[in-house]
Amino acid sequence: MSSQTSGAGDGAVVLSARRISKSFNGVQVLFSVDFDLRAGEIHALMGENGAGKSTLVKILSGFEQPTSGEITLDGHAVTLPPNGAAEALGIVIIHQEFNLAEHLTVTESLFLGREVTRFGVLDRKFMRAETRRVLDLLGSHVDENAMISSLSIADKQMVEIAKAISRDARVVFMDEPTAVLSREETNFLFKQVRKLRDQGTSFVFVSHKLDEVMELTDRVTVLRDGQWIKTSPTSILDGESIAQLMVGRELSKLYPAKREPNVDEEIVLSVDALSTGYVKDVTFNVRKGEILGFSGMIGSGRTELMEAIAGLRSRASGEVIIRGATVPSGDVHAANRQGLAYMTKDRKSKGLLLNSRMTANLTLQSLENHGKLGYLSPASEAQALERARRRFDIRVRDGNVVAGRMSGGNQQKLLLAKVMETEPEIIIIDEPTRGIDVGTKQQIYHFISALARDGRSIIVVSSEMPEVIGLCTRVAVMREGRIVGMLEGDEISEQEIMRYAAGLKKKAAA
Amino acid sequence: MDTSVNEETRDERRRNWRDIDLRAVAPFAALILLLILGALVNPNFIGLNNLANVATRSAFIAIIAIGATFVISSGDLDLSVGAMVAFVASLMILFMNSGVIADPALMLTAAVLFAVVAGSLCGLANGLITTVGRIEPFIATLGTMGIYRGLTTWLSQGGAITLKDPALQEIYRPAYFGSILGIPVPIVVILAVTCVAAFILYRTRYGRHVVAVGSNADVARYSGIPVNRVRTIAFVIQGLCVAIAVLLYVPRLGSTSATTGILWELQAITAVVVGGTALKGGAGRVWGTICGAFILELVGNIMLLSNFISEYLIGAIQGTIIIVAMLVQRSLVRKS
Ligand SMILES: Nc1ncnc2c1ncn2[C@@H]1O[C@H](COP(=O)(O)OP(=O)(O)OP(=O)(O)O)[C@@H](O)[C@H]1O
Ligand SMILES: [Mg+2]
Repeated sequence: MSSQTSGAGDGAVVLSARRISKSFNGVQVLFSVDFDLRAGEIHALMGENGAGKSTLVKILSGFEQPTSGEITLDGHAVTLPPNGAAEALGIVIIHQEFNLAEHLTVTESLFLGREVTRFGVLDRKFMRAETRRVLDLLGSHVDENAMISSLSIADKQMVEIAKAISRDARVVFMDEPTAVLSREETNFLFKQVRKLRDQGTSFVFVSHKLDEVMELTDRVTVLRDGQWIKTSPTSILDGESIAQLMVGRELSKLYPAKREPNVDEEIVLSVDALSTGYVKDVTFNVRKGEILGFSGMIGSGRTELMEAIAGLRSRASGEVIIRGATVPSGDVHAANRQGLAYMTKDRKSKGLLLNSRMTANLTLQSLENHGKLGYLSPASEAQALERARRRFDIRVRDGNVVAGRMSGGNQQKLLLAKVMETEPEIIIIDEPTRGIDVGTKQQIYHFISALARDGRSIIVVSSEMPEVIGLCTRVAVMREGRIVGMLEGDEISEQEIMRYAAGLKKKAAA
Repeated sequence: MDTSVNEETRDERRRNWRDIDLRAVAPFAALILLLILGALVNPNFIGLNNLANVATRSAFIAIIAIGATFVISSGDLDLSVGAMVAFVASLMILFMNSGVIADPALMLTAAVLFAVVAGSLCGLANGLITTVGRIEPFIATLGTMGIYRGLTTWLSQGGAITLKDPALQEIYRPAYFGSILGIPVPIVVILAVTCVAAFILYRTRYGRHVVAVGSNADVARYSGIPVNRVRTIAFVIQGLCVAIAVLLYVPRLGSTSATTGILWELQAITAVVVGGTALKGGAGRVWGTICGAFILELVGNIMLLSNFISEYLIGAIQGTIIIVAMLVQRSLVRKS
């Protein structure tokens, strides 16, 4: 049994949910769900955006209380203590939305609430060393003394993970931990997870990445619209069947047919020798109706470059030219007026007003389209919401919910809808499908492709290689702040992109 | 079929009922409680005359607090409003005393414009120091508070500045003591200012921008909102509201001194907080603010009419109110 990799199948049940239902403000989101977690298994929890995965995970870790139903721990019915106190019972959670205090250092966050003291004084040296050890296990280069506020989202996610796995837990819930991680970081994470699993720790893994689920997990449970649909061993399923269980119908091709752009089309955006602090000497063009991909490792400077193009960051040198007109450095308005819009990948702190409702978020960037002389027309805004919900399949049970309470994937759809409301000619989308389920992914890919056919130009920045490969007709690969390769046609493949991204191959930028 | 439709509407209704934000309702509930309390303390209290008096007297704080609602919603704070009242009022009286225009009606019109411009400029100064100068609003307006107050003291040479021309006094008096259709002018002004403010905050692009900047300045910036301009304009609106309060204040007393408007910033901020606007920004409640200003004045009035508490304790009571209001706000936030 110990030699079997998925030998987890027959461990005793550690934690289980019996007929769990949950309502928020009278709106039911979970319907009598059953769920078992065995000792030493990795259990995937799958479902569309808004299916109730995060809610179930929060209930099983004490962050929400069920409206009805029962939770058992080692066979005994329990009421889990709230706000993370379930940690004392060995239950920890990595939240989908980060929960770190921004003004603490990495070490302080790791030891928050269980600081180590020597003779009554904080033992900083020990805590720093311990933090370093855990981060190294995860292959993370984050400085243990850095402030959380200075970290990128990927690094924040690593700190969250480090925090959870350093707690000697029996049960670890991971709500989309890999959504912002690179493949390499993900591999490190999986290695640690497997090691802990083999020592008897149980994991619940929520993810929209089917290949990761196939690779890592022992069993899969699928939820749909708040209902339990199926639990079965991962080995007897494949990606396609899981996707079908999730959406309840057969899925057609994920990516629309590519359409090579006309080389005679006008160049709408040209970036000439642009440099910022980190980005160096970047030059490229985008034609009308083109979908240009940007690939590269996390930290290769893609976001910084895009923010500089969009005027959200000032440039040290170089020019951005839209249809022949120069865009002034560091001027978002000028860029917007000239028809360029940028969608941030950091939806929580830069994308959405978490305490505002959907409409206020949706129209925030395009209020001038909803009324004259600064006056806003509620009817026109309501129409926009209707349109956005249809186009992007934004699913909420309660239309008045504030953005921060929507499911992660639906927040992402709202953010995309918000940027599209400005009707940009040139759209830079940073991580378009972060945390989005397969069904909606397909919908978004088709939407992007339709935009391009419509004559808009799109830049897709993505860490998901299949996405870039499936969608783009040209792919720029960045490394250490520079474009190191520009791939076209048949050159666009996973190996080729990797070779450039890792610095094994280099080509003068086209 | 029919029943399912019924079911749905009932469900809707129940949800709407729950949707009512406790924070929005709390100040009005407190107001009703106070009215009942007042009526128990003294039967004269609930009379229309007394209440109209209270409302009239709350006008200065109410109008200033409306401006503060904008500043606070956008995530800033203005401590200089009390000193600004003294400064703008002094300038206005000095202008009228200068006698540059002979005709009293023309002179008054010019003086009104002068005060409005002066107030807006004071607000603009606060705004530019905070945004362009990148100084914490707390510190920036603490500084201008000292400046406006000091300039007033200097202008008055430590004494009082009094409106001299009796003809001017005569035609200006009704601006505070008069009434329109039986309603005292100050109450009409409060209502007008509040309606305009509510319209701006809830129904215009600028209002949305204020709330966005106050909730999360980064999100606002990424949404192409000119964050600094929005913040600066909020300070200018505050200055404008101060000027309007001055326009009512000058005909009432006809003079100013170095102590004019002392601690009014505390009262204005208290009114805003009691009204349910979050101090950390991101949500403005204009009608709540008016309710808050009225509550403050009512408490004073009840203390005056009853004999339990010395009216010299009014400042202490107002200080208590702001702390209690913050506690209530926080517990309501936790609940939702
Ligand atoms: N605190 C809350 N208040 C109101 N509604 C909520 C709250 N939390 C979640 N919901 C609603 O519950 C439903 C399920 O959300 P949940 O976050 O569990 O989905 P999910 O399966 O994790 O989706 P995703 O893949 O997008 O992360 C959604 O309709 C969401 O809007
Ligand atoms: Mg979720």
